[in-house]
Amino acid sequence: MNNLLVLPILIPLCTAVILILFKEQIRLQRGISVVSGILTILSTALLVTRVHADGILTLQMGGWVPPYGIVFVGDMFALLMVMMASIVSFAILLYSFSSIGEQRERYYYYTFFHFLLVGVYGSFLTGDIFNLFVFFEVMLISSYALISLGGTKLQLRETAKYLLINIVSSTLFVAAVAYLYAAVGTLNMAHLSQRIAEAGQGGILNVIAVLFLIVFSLKAGLFLFYWLPGSYGAPPSAIRALFGALLTKVGLYAIIRTFTLMFVNDTSLTHSLIAWMAAATMILGSIGAVAYKDITRILNYNVIISVGFVAFGLAAGTGDSLNGVIFYLLHDMLAKGLLFILGGLIISAAGTDRLSGMGGMIKKYPLLGWMFFILALALVGIPPLSGFAGKLLIIRGALDAGMLTLSLIGLGSSFMVLYSLIKMFRLAFWGNEPERELPAVNLKRASAVAAALLVLVIAMGIGADALYAYVAQAGEVLASPAEYIQAILKE
Amino acid sequence: MELVMAIAIGILFTIGVYLILSKILLRVVLGTSLLTHGVHLLLLTMAGLKRGAAPVLGNEETYVDPLPQALILTSIVISFGVTAFYFVLAYRSYQALGTDEIDSIKEAKE
Repeated sequence: MNNLLVLPILIPLCTAVILILFKEQIRLQRGISVVSGILTILSTALLVTRVHADGILTLQMGGWVPPYGIVFVGDMFALLMVMMASIVSFAILLYSFSSIGEQRERYYYYTFFHFLLVGVYGSFLTGDIFNLFVFFEVMLISSYALISLGGTKLQLRETAKYLLINIVSSTLFVAAVAYLYAAVGTLNMAHLSQRIAEAGQGGILNVIAVLFLIVFSLKAGLFLFYWLPGSYGAPPSAIRALFGALLTKVGLYAIIRTFTLMFVNDTSLTHSLIAWMAAATMILGSIGAVAYKDITRILNYNVIISVGFVAFGLAAGTGDSLNGVIFYLLHDMLAKGLLFILGGLIISAAGTDRLSGMGGMIKKYPLLGWMFFILALALVGIPPLSGFAGKLLIIRGALDAGMLTLSLIGLGSSFMVLYSLIKMFRLAFWGNEPERELPAVNLKRASAVAAALLVLVIAMGIGADALYAYVAQAGEVLASPAEYIQAILKE
Repeated sequence: MELVMAIAIGILFTIGVYLILSKILLRVVLGTSLLTHGVHLLLLTMAGLKRGAAPVLGNEETYVDPLPQALILTSIVISFGVTAFYFVLAYRSYQALGTDEIDSIKEAKE
């Protein structure tokens, strides 16, 4: 039964390899991709129910007992992330059928798409820090290919930057792993946690912790996000949705895993550093979201704000706020995926991504407008929608921990999200239609995908109680690493 | 031996960073390549330089830790792939934008 844990990695991997064979048969590629997406969702749903009933699943690769071999760990947190990622990526897959264009489909778009998913799911499931690096690279190399796919001048320019940033941060990642291995002599994350606790964190281990924080922050866009708005703006909207929904979350997941499992013994240094980085991220992200007047930039800065918010929840570190972090991450994947899809639809309906060239779209596309409006409310955290539970828990936990200033910054950033999205809504949908000829586009199929995601956003808000049972189980493991260590090392 | 390695790593990092900060895309690619080589040496040194037999069960007294070698091998493969991609990208940008200077690439518009 434990062997099933490899399915979320194996299915997209096999799919990607099979798709290479069918370069010209685009319909077949789409069909295989859909089947693979459904299979992944089903298998992770099965795993989630298993873990809910029996606790953490572990899979030792090649039968090597930890801490010697590579271990895959399916705890509730990881599996919930995989499940939400598989649902959102499936929706984005369906959206890309009608938006990505035949040229890109022919040049292995779906192959790279699935390789990216391999990296994302693998990063969530692995229990070995060097293996995490490998899955990060699988994900990043596919993202390099996706970001440059199509080869427009803008894409080439942004890929060069994105590539450089990520190579440097990967180099630092390997350096951090080297120092860590020298200091404690293991790479298994559960074993690391144990050894670091024994050694007593301090001195060199704090330096290593900060080095890891820098590496993951570069990937997550926490404070060191200067590359993100440009690079995420270059590719077409389906790829943008995939990046906005998944890639920063993987970095955040790594930060959360590292700083709830491994470096937990000296929180005064590391966690206050995370707190201040979170504050800076939220403030700078808000400034960016308000300042720009083109849709892509506004949405990219919204991604940054939510990264800051999650990190703030982690820094608070109470049981409530950790539950909130999980809730918020799940909500954010769903909502950001949908936000970028809707943003893409608006751009293709208006034929431009500058808000100054838009207006009056509510007459022609009423459904699109109201979906966007509801989603904006969900992102801000208006009660019956999905953003509410996570935000409430994070803020409550932070207030318990006595972080008043940061809570105010967090709430303030929510208002900035509201302001930036409502500004977008107002300028795109109200007002007068521009004089020029609007492109005739058929948004029916893409709108259906968006509507399905919106139903999920609403359902996640209304069904927050039912989901809470799972989230609480996930939060428990984060709050007490002993349970995680016990499951893996089985002493 | 550790001292020699430390100096070598330092030199590789310095040259790597210097090249990354230069204005020609080709130099940047070479810089990243040197930087990753530096970090591989770092990994090898940090894991401890030892003389010993290959890690196969036998009559030997001391064994060498095989893990760093495995890690470096993995990392080399990855950096090889990424460098190859970066070269292709640099060449493609040179074709599309007509230049390989960072400054003029920055100014290039759609």
